[in-house]
Amino acid sequence: MSADLFLLVSENAALGLLSIAVVIVLIRLFRGPTLPDRILALDMLTMLAISLIGVLTLRTGVDLLLDIALALCLVGFVATIALARYALTRKSSRSVSPESGGAG
Amino acid sequence: MISDIFQYVAGGFLVCGACFSLLAALGLLRFPDIFTRLHAATKAGTVGAGFVLLAVALASFDVSVALRALGGIAFIVLTSPIAAHLLARAAYLSGDRPSNITVVNELENEKPE
Repeated sequence: MSADLFLLVSENAALGLLSIAVVIVLIRLFRGPTLPDRILALDMLTMLAISLIGVLTLRTGVDLLLDIALALCLVGFVATIALARYALTRKSSRSVSPESGGAG
Repeated sequence: MISDIFQYVAGGFLVCGACFSLLAALGLLRFPDIFTRLHAATKAGTVGAGFVLLAVALASFDVSVALRALGGIAFIVLTSPIAAHLLARAAYLSGDRPSNITVVNELENEKPE
């Protein structure tokens, strides 16, 4: 197998695996049960988006996409910090019952 | 010749990183409480994204792209533990408790706010 073909197959495999990972994290995002669980799921989704953009950078050869991934790093970190501070100010996210729509 | 080797290595890193990300997502789904989920998502997720960015740096054959990818790795490695620590602390202080199978809880004697 030539190097180009191997890289192409690897890119496709990585895209498939990352897509499955996104679906699994979305299940956790919808299921909750607490607010920190959802914040963590969003953080993980940001990580997966960075990975997906990285694979797409190789796949398309558009180098500018990598800048978007870097910006997503920054925004994701600040968003996680802000949401964690918000969870800290809310008392006892467990007192929110699941039937009232969960924490959010 | 050397570029072929870089491409083979980059392909391996891509699949490796995607597998780590998938395992992190599985841990996020299967682990019993927020603290073990943080453990899965932060460590395995960091390694997954790091491997993918490393593959981009290897396979791009462009110094500016490679440097940006390495900078991204450094940023992820620096910020991910901070976010995880802050999130775990927020979860504990807002009333979440570890599951029953947890062995050590060093914050046990501290009252939640």
